[in-house]
Amino acid sequence: MELPSRLVFLLFLLLSSTKAFGSEVDKEEFQEELLLKPLPDRKVLAHFHFETRAPPCNSNGRHHHHLFPKSISQMLEKFRVKEMELSFTQGRWNYERWGGFDTMSSNNAKPPGVELWAVFDVPKEQVDASWKNLTHTLSGIFCASINFLESSSMYSAPDWSFRQASGSLRYGMLPREAVCTENLTPWLKLLPCRDKAGISSLMDRPSIYTSLYYSQRLHLTSIASDLEGLNSGIALEQTLTVVLHPSSQRTGLTHFSQSYLQPSWSLSSIFGRKVNGRCVLAKSSKVYLQLERGLVSQLKKSENYGADYIASEGYDGEANFELSVNPDRVIKEENSRNGISSSLLYEFSVDKYSNSKPFDLGLTWKFPVIWSCQQAPLHASRFLMGSGNERGAIAILLKSTDLNDSSPVANSDMDGCELRVNIFQVVPWYIRVYYHSLQLFVDDQLKAVGAFVEKIHVMPSKDKISPGMMEMVLKLPCGVKSAALTLDFDKGFLHIDEYPPDANQGFDIPSAAIGFPDFHTSMLFPSNESERKSPMLSKFQESSPVLLYTEVLLVPLTTPDFSMPYNVITITCTVFALYFGSLLNVLRQRVGEKERLLKSKAAAKTSRLSDLLSRLSAKLRGRSQEPMQSPSESSPLINSKLALKVLLMAALAVAWQYYFG
Amino acid sequence: MEKKKRGFWRWLIASVMLRLILIYLPKTFNLASRPEISTPLVSLRRLAEGYWLKKSSMSPYAGSMYHGSPLLLSLLGPLTVKRIEGQPDHLLCSLVFVIADIISALLIRATGHTLQMAYRQSLNSLDIVDLLKSSDSLSSGDVAALVYLWNPFTIAACVGLSTSPVENLVVILALHGACKGLVPLAAFGWVMATHLSLYPAILITPVILLLGYGPDTPPRKLFLQKGYGKNGDNHSSDNCGQQETNHSKAEVTFSWRPVIHFLFWSSLWSTYVLVLCSISVKPHGSLWEMFQRTYGFILTVEDMSPNIGVLWYFFAEVFDFFRSFFMIVFHLNILFMILPLAIRLKHRPCFLAFIYIAISSMLKSYPSVGDSALYLGLLGLFLDELADMQFSFFLLCGYIGVSLLSPVMHNLWIWRGTGNANFYYATGMAYACLQIILVVESVSAVLNHDRKLRKLSVTKLRDGNS
Repeated sequence: MELPSRLVFLLFLLLSSTKAFGSEVDKEEFQEELLLKPLPDRKVLAHFHFETRAPPCNSNGRHHHHLFPKSISQMLEKFRVKEMELSFTQGRWNYERWGGFDTMSSNNAKPPGVELWAVFDVPKEQVDASWKNLTHTLSGIFCASINFLESSSMYSAPDWSFRQASGSLRYGMLPREAVCTENLTPWLKLLPCRDKAGISSLMDRPSIYTSLYYSQRLHLTSIASDLEGLNSGIALEQTLTVVLHPSSQRTGLTHFSQSYLQPSWSLSSIFGRKVNGRCVLAKSSKVYLQLERGLVSQLKKSENYGADYIASEGYDGEANFELSVNPDRVIKEENSRNGISSSLLYEFSVDKYSNSKPFDLGLTWKFPVIWSCQQAPLHASRFLMGSGNERGAIAILLKSTDLNDSSPVANSDMDGCELRVNIFQVVPWYIRVYYHSLQLFVDDQLKAVGAFVEKIHVMPSKDKISPGMMEMVLKLPCGVKSAALTLDFDKGFLHIDEYPPDANQGFDIPSAAIGFPDFHTSMLFPSNESERKSPMLSKFQESSPVLLYTEVLLVPLTTPDFSMPYNVITITCTVFALYFGSLLNVLRQRVGEKERLLKSKAAAKTSRLSDLLSRLSAKLRGRSQEPMQSPSESSPLINSKLALKVLLMAALAVAWQYYFG
Repeated sequence: MEKKKRGFWRWLIASVMLRLILIYLPKTFNLASRPEISTPLVSLRRLAEGYWLKKSSMSPYAGSMYHGSPLLLSLLGPLTVKRIEGQPDHLLCSLVFVIADIISALLIRATGHTLQMAYRQSLNSLDIVDLLKSSDSLSSGDVAALVYLWNPFTIAACVGLSTSPVENLVVILALHGACKGLVPLAAFGWVMATHLSLYPAILITPVILLLGYGPDTPPRKLFLQKGYGKNGDNHSSDNCGQQETNHSKAEVTFSWRPVIHFLFWSSLWSTYVLVLCSISVKPHGSLWEMFQRTYGFILTVEDMSPNIGVLWYFFAEVFDFFRSFFMIVFHLNILFMILPLAIRLKHRPCFLAFIYIAISSMLKSYPSVGDSALYLGLLGLFLDELADMQFSFFLLCGYIGVSLLSPVMHNLWIWRGTGNANFYYATGMAYACLQIILVVESVSAVLNHDRKLRKLSVTKLRDGNS
C-alpha cells in the first residue's frame, strides 16, 4: 500500500511539474525595444522599453521564474500590489519643445526625483502598512532613499484626480532624490540579459547620464488570475527615456544651411556603442525610428515643393534624410482624423545582427526641416510669489498653447465647449496652505472660484503627520487664454533635527500633476499587425489621458541657529529660574524683615563695599541679615562660614565628577 | 467729578475713532500677520481657514490650521466671509473686536469702582484716611479702562485681527462678575475663558476668593488687631467706629454660599458649552478631536513658529528626548506659583488674578501682545497699591524698547535674512525678563503696601491707646 501511493505521488509530481514547465515556457516572455525620435530642437529622444511577462501565480503558491525577476514577483505577491510605478528622473521634460500631447510625454515625462505610486489589493486599513513595507523593499532593491516615503507626512492618497482608484492608491514623491548609476544597475539587473547583450548594451553610463532628460521607470501590473485574457499575470514594464544632444556630424554642406540643418546622428555617435545582436532570451528585439506628425507633414510639403512626388506608402522623406540601415518595415499610423498627416515608424529588427556585423542606425539629414511638436491644450507652470521667509503664495498658471492646428476637440461650438483640467498638488506640511485664500484668475481677471471649479477635494496638512493635498477639477471655457490659481501659505518652522544637512538650500514642493481628462492620446496602427504586436506599440495604442507635471518649487525656510541648542536651553532655563526664585523670594519675606533691614542699614554707617558684601552673603545664605553690631567683627565670621560652604560645594562637585564623570 | 466723567467718555470715543481709522487704513501695516499679534491660537486667518473647512464639509480641525473654539468659529466664521463692497475685508470682525474692547474697558471701569469703594471702606474702617487724599484726584477704574483702551498692544491686537479681544473680554467678565458678586456671570466668564484659551482655568482660585471674601482688602489680621484694639479701648465714644468694627469682623469670615453657587453655575455652564461645542463639531468631528486640537495643541507646544514667548525657540532647539520633560516643567512653573501666591495674597483676590494672568501670559506657549494688553490694563486697577512700585520707569522704557526692537529683529531675520534667530529670541528673552520684573515688583509693592497699612494702623492704634 505504501509503495503504490508513493509512486502515484511521484508520478503526479512529475506530471504537474512538466505541465507547469510547459505552460511557463509558453507564457513567460521578454521583449526589448528601442524607439528613437528626432526632436524639433535638434535633440534625439531614445526610449528603451523592456517588457517581461509572467503567467498568473499558480494556486499552490510555488513559483519558478525563468525570466521574470524573482525579487519583483515576491514583492508583488507579498504586498499584494495591483499596479505600481516607480520612476527616477533627472532633468525636466520640456513640454513645449519635446511635445506634450502624445503617449510619450503623458506616460514617460515624469517629475524630477523619485515618483512612486502603487495600488494595493488589500483592505483599506492595511493599505498604509503595505505601502510602508513596499517603500522599504523598493529602497532596498533600487539603492535609493525611497524609504523616506514611508513616513505619513511624505505620501498622500489621491481620490480621483491622479488616477481612479478607490482609496487603495498611495502616491509619494521625493523631488530631491539624486539619480545615478547606482539606481540604474539594480534596474538593469531585473533584465534577463542585463546590459551585456541586446539593446540594453547601448546604455553607456557617461552618455546617458549627460543627457538633458533622463527618466528610468518601472511599471508593474498584476492582473487577477481569474480574469481571462492575454494580459493576465504579471507584466513588468521597464522603460528608460533619455533626451540626448547629438553633436552634429559635419557633412559636406554649405555653412548657411548647416545652421538650420538638424544634426545627423547614429547610435554609435549618441551612445558611443553599437548593438551587437539581440539578447537571446528576448522574444523580439526591435528598434524603431519615429517621425512624428509634424515632421512628416513638413517632409511631405517640402517634397511636394521640390519634386512632384506623392508619398503614398514607403520611404517618404527619403529625399530629406538618409538612413544608414534599410528598415525592415514601415508602419504608418492610422489616423482617424483626416487632414493631418500621421506619424511614421521605421522598424528595424536586431535579430540578424551579430558581433561581426553590429547594428548601428544612423540618420543623416540632407535638407533643413523645421517642425513643431503637438502641444497639450494648456501649458502649465507653477511658481512662487512673495518674498521673505514668513509667507508666500503658490501660483499655478495655465496658458493656452496654440490649438488651431492639432485640436482634437471638436471646436465647432466655441461657446458651449468646456475644457476640463484636473489639478493634483501635494504640499509638504511645513508649507501651511490657506485653502480659503484660493483665488482664480481667468484671462487675468479675478473670478469667483465657484464658477469654474467643478469639484474640489482638499486634505489639509497636519503638522508632522500628513501633507496637504489638493485635487481639483477646473472647468474652463475653450477659448480661455490663461487661467491662474493662487494659494497663500505660511512657512512653518521646523525642529532643529528636521532640517536636512543643507538647510539653507531650501525645501522642495513636489510637482503638481495637471491632467486633461477630456483629451486622450493614442496612436492607431493598422490592425493586421496585432499578431506581431510589440508591447511598446500596444502601449502607444492604449488611450491615456494627457498628463503633465509642473516644476518643482524650491522654498527657502528660516533656520534656527544650529549651533545653539545648549545656549538656548541654559538661557531659557535661567530665565525660568529667575522668575521662580525671585517671585518665591518676594513671597517668602516676612513683614518685619524689611524694617529690620532698614534699621540695620541706618545703624551700620560703614563703607559701601562691606555693606554690599554682607548683603550678598545674606542673599547667599538665604537668610535675613541680622542686625550687625560691628561690621569688622561680623565679616570674618561670615566669610569663614561662606568659605566653608564653598569648600563643601567644591568637594561635592569633585566627588560627583569623580564618581559619575 | 462730572468733568472727569465727561473726560473719560471723550477719551473712550477717541480711542474708538482711532481704531476705526486704523481699520480703514489700507492693510494696516500688515498687522494681521505679525507674529507678535496673531499666534496660531488667535489668528483670524486660521479661523477663516477653519470656517472654510467646515463649510466644505470637513472638520474645522482637519488640518493643523485652526486651534480655537468651535463656538468662536460659528460666531466669527460667517463674518470672515462676508464682504461689503468698498469696505475693507474683515470689517465686521474688526467691529466685533472693537465692541469687545469697549465692553472690556467698561467692565474694567466698573470693577475698578467696586475695588476703590472697597478700598476706601476698608481704609476708613482702619481710620487711615490720610492715604486716601492722594488717590482722590484719579479714579483707578477710569485709569485702568483708559490704559486698556489706549495701550498700543490692545489697539494692535484689536486692529490686527486676532481673537484675543474676545478672550480678554471673557476673562474680564469673570473678574467683574466675581467682584460684583454676580455668581452666574462669574461662572460664565470663567468657563468661557477656560474654554477659549485654557490658561484662565487657574483664575478659579482668585474668583473663589473674591466670592468668598469680597473684593480686595488689607490683610484681615489688621482688622482683627483693630477690632481687638477697639474692643480693648474702653473710652471709645465713636459710634461709627463701633459699627465698622462689626462690619470688618463680618468680612473676615469666608462665605461658602457664593462659592458653592459658583461651582454649581460653572458646572452648568461648562456642560452647556460642551453640548454646544459637540453640536457645532458633530457632523465631521468629535469632542475628543476638539480637545486634542485646542488644549492638546496648547500643552504640547507643536507649532514652533516664532512668537514673543520663550518656548518656541526652546522647543525648536531642545533634544527630542528631553522634550516631554521640559514641557511638563514649563507648564508646572505656572501651576507651582498658584499656591504660594494664593496664600500670600488671599486678601487681595483681584490682584492675585492680575498676577496669575501676568504669569500665564508670560509663560504660555503662544503668547501674543493681546495677553499683555489684558494684564497691563488690569495693572491700572491697583494704582493706589502700586503707587510706590520700584523700577516702574525702567519697566516702561523696557516695554517700549522691546516692542520697538522685536519687529526690527524679526524683520532682520525673516525678511532680510541678515540677522538670525538668536536676535529675535533675545528680544523675547528681554521681554520675559521685563514681565518677570513687573510681576515680582508688583507683588513686593503690594506686600509693602500692606506693611505700610499695618504700620499706619498700628501707630494709629498706639496713638489712640496712649
